[in-house]
Amino acid sequence: MSEAPGLFTALGVLIRRDLLLALRRRAQILNPLVFFVIVVTLFPLGLGPEPNLLQKLAPGVLWVAALLSAMLSLEAMFHSDFEDGSLEQLLLAPQPVFITVIAKVLTHWLLSGLPLLLLAPLLALWLHLSPDAIVVLLASLALGTPVLSLIGAIGVALTVGLRRGGVLLSLLVLPLYIPVLIMGAGAVDAAASGLAAGAHLSILGALLLLSLSLAPWAAGAALRISVE
Amino acid sequence: MWVWLHKFGSPKYFYNVSGKILPWVGGATVLLILVGLYLGLFASPADYQQRDSVRIMYIHVPSAWNSMFIYLVMAAAAAIGLIWNIKIADIAAAVSAPIGASFTFITLVTGSLWGKPMWGTWWEWDARLTSELILLFLYLGYIALQSAFEDRRTAARASAVLAIVGAVNVPIIYYSVQWWNTLHQPQSLGVGMSTIHASMLLPLLLMALGFKLLYVTLLLMRTRTEVLERERNSAWVQELAQALSGKSSSDQVRSSNEQR
Amino acid sequence: MSNGGAMPPSLEAVDIECERGERILFSGLSLSLRPGNLMLIEGPNGSGKTSLLRILCGLAQPSSGVVRWRGTDITQTRDQFRAELIYLGHNHGVKGDLTPYENLSIARDLACARQDITLDEALDAVGLAGFEDVPARTLSAGQRRRVALARLLVTEVRLWVLDEPFTALDTRGVTLVERMLAGHLAQGGMAAVSTHHPVAVAEVDIVRLELS
Repeated sequence: MSEAPGLFTALGVLIRRDLLLALRRRAQILNPLVFFVIVVTLFPLGLGPEPNLLQKLAPGVLWVAALLSAMLSLEAMFHSDFEDGSLEQLLLAPQPVFITVIAKVLTHWLLSGLPLLLLAPLLALWLHLSPDAIVVLLASLALGTPVLSLIGAIGVALTVGLRRGGVLLSLLVLPLYIPVLIMGAGAVDAAASGLAAGAHLSILGALLLLSLSLAPWAAGAALRISVE
Repeated sequence: MWVWLHKFGSPKYFYNVSGKILPWVGGATVLLILVGLYLGLFASPADYQQRDSVRIMYIHVPSAWNSMFIYLVMAAAAAIGLIWNIKIADIAAAVSAPIGASFTFITLVTGSLWGKPMWGTWWEWDARLTSELILLFLYLGYIALQSAFEDRRTAARASAVLAIVGAVNVPIIYYSVQWWNTLHQPQSLGVGMSTIHASMLLPLLLMALGFKLLYVTLLLMRTRTEVLERERNSAWVQELAQALSGKSSSDQVRSSNEQR
Repeated sequence: MSNGGAMPPSLEAVDIECERGERILFSGLSLSLRPGNLMLIEGPNGSGKTSLLRILCGLAQPSSGVVRWRGTDITQTRDQFRAELIYLGHNHGVKGDLTPYENLSIARDLACARQDITLDEALDAVGLAGFEDVPARTLSAGQRRRVALARLLVTEVRLWVLDEPFTALDTRGVTLVERMLAGHLAQGGMAAVSTHHPVAVAEVDIVRLELS
């Protein structure tokens, strides 16, 4: 008998598969990003274009928008695979379930977190954020957005089998996002007012490590339950 | 321990034993809360700064303690149900959520009532109140997920995963909110717990114990109801129902016996 | 991996019970499959055929009872068991946005691949020559099922669990599946198949299981 492929081979195959699928549905990737830009644009329109005010609010606005746009793209993580039975096939593949989850989370981050990281400096300029603060913003997003994808994976895995899971998903996931929001926006805020942001960023890093070690297991267990 | 867990996990055994414990726990609850309320509302002095509004604390603080405690109990029960597949644990977790959410809600309302005379505003983004608010969101999410599934077993297992994830998050949320608060409001206003007088401490502790027992009472009552509901087709519940209806009208029992 | 060789391949279900909502679909059900065995699961709609197959491959848990592969509970040896299993359900997991070739290539790369057959040969064998590079969503239901069936050809596993494999297939498709089953069983494989159709597979041990 031949052997089942190793974990890293399987991870590579799964990531390639999801990127290929995303490539065939390009609009779906772009939508959350456009949403991110529009939400950030709404704030100056709602609050007035006063630079000092915008500068003050920028860290919170950017992070809340990032949170919402990450959440919008979450549902795509498992939904179509659940509908057409691919999820069953993935759960029955010889690899442990957490490999599937890690592949899904990584693709989600590559398609939602990373583009956000590239867009954020531009939007930060619109909100008159200082260059120092923009550097910290990028660092905080780099550490924080993977946590959003990881925690989000648990939420989607729990709700994927439900007919109207979308609103429920936000109810489950947003409270769990609060620490990331506090630390992320706090880091940028500190940098914008000329303080050190190291403590915030190290806590974000700790959150990333913690969720990296726990979330794939929880999401894997949740997937098994949802598919049953 | 293992044998005990499975024995106690059987719905019938649980129903019988809890039926015997319940009156005692319920009685102790009423007693403790009555004494605590008397001492707190009448026998203890008013605070020299906070005046009589300090008395809200005797409800607020025990509720707050309960709200966190119940979330942890709920997560533990859910985990036991998930891992060892014990029905009673599933039920205990499911019925704990609304109770915990109610205590959280009471905490928020009393905190707000206390805030008006103290801070001059109904709502202050104080660290403790804010984390209670987030805790309420966690409870609501759990309840919503629980009710979204049609199959009870799937509902119990899925919400168990959420409860465990939530329990890991509760301390993280608590400390990050604390930190957020000290950064944004250096002159943080807390309920003055550090310098508490003995005449206030006793009623507070009595109330705290009373509220814990209140939770146990409610938990037992609701679990018993839920057990009857879920096991309504089993032989022992049928017998129980017949015995009960026999007390009210023995004719019904006789007629149902004749039909057999 | 080491004890995989020690115990002979066999699938065993002992005293399993399945509950859906408030209803008990079946209980006290035991069965066993050995190399060369084909088990046909028959029964009316709603009798629990799909539930049984999902329990057998570990997608669902029975409310009581145990399923064993090579003598070990499948919840204990998940990864090993799954390496020797292929399941085709109602939704067979063929991605509409990918071509049949891509679908098959991914399925093979994630499983224990067979070395003696190329993807093109497999697609040819299931009658999809000429359709390798069109998006699978443009294919008919029967053709998409054939893509899923091609998976059975490019992988080397002991146990096939097929839920209504003849759905949407024409007569030639049905014969194809029967030939594939016969070949698999002749090589010492085993299969659990739910179906409404009579299955013509010569010279194999057929175990029939009727659910009511």
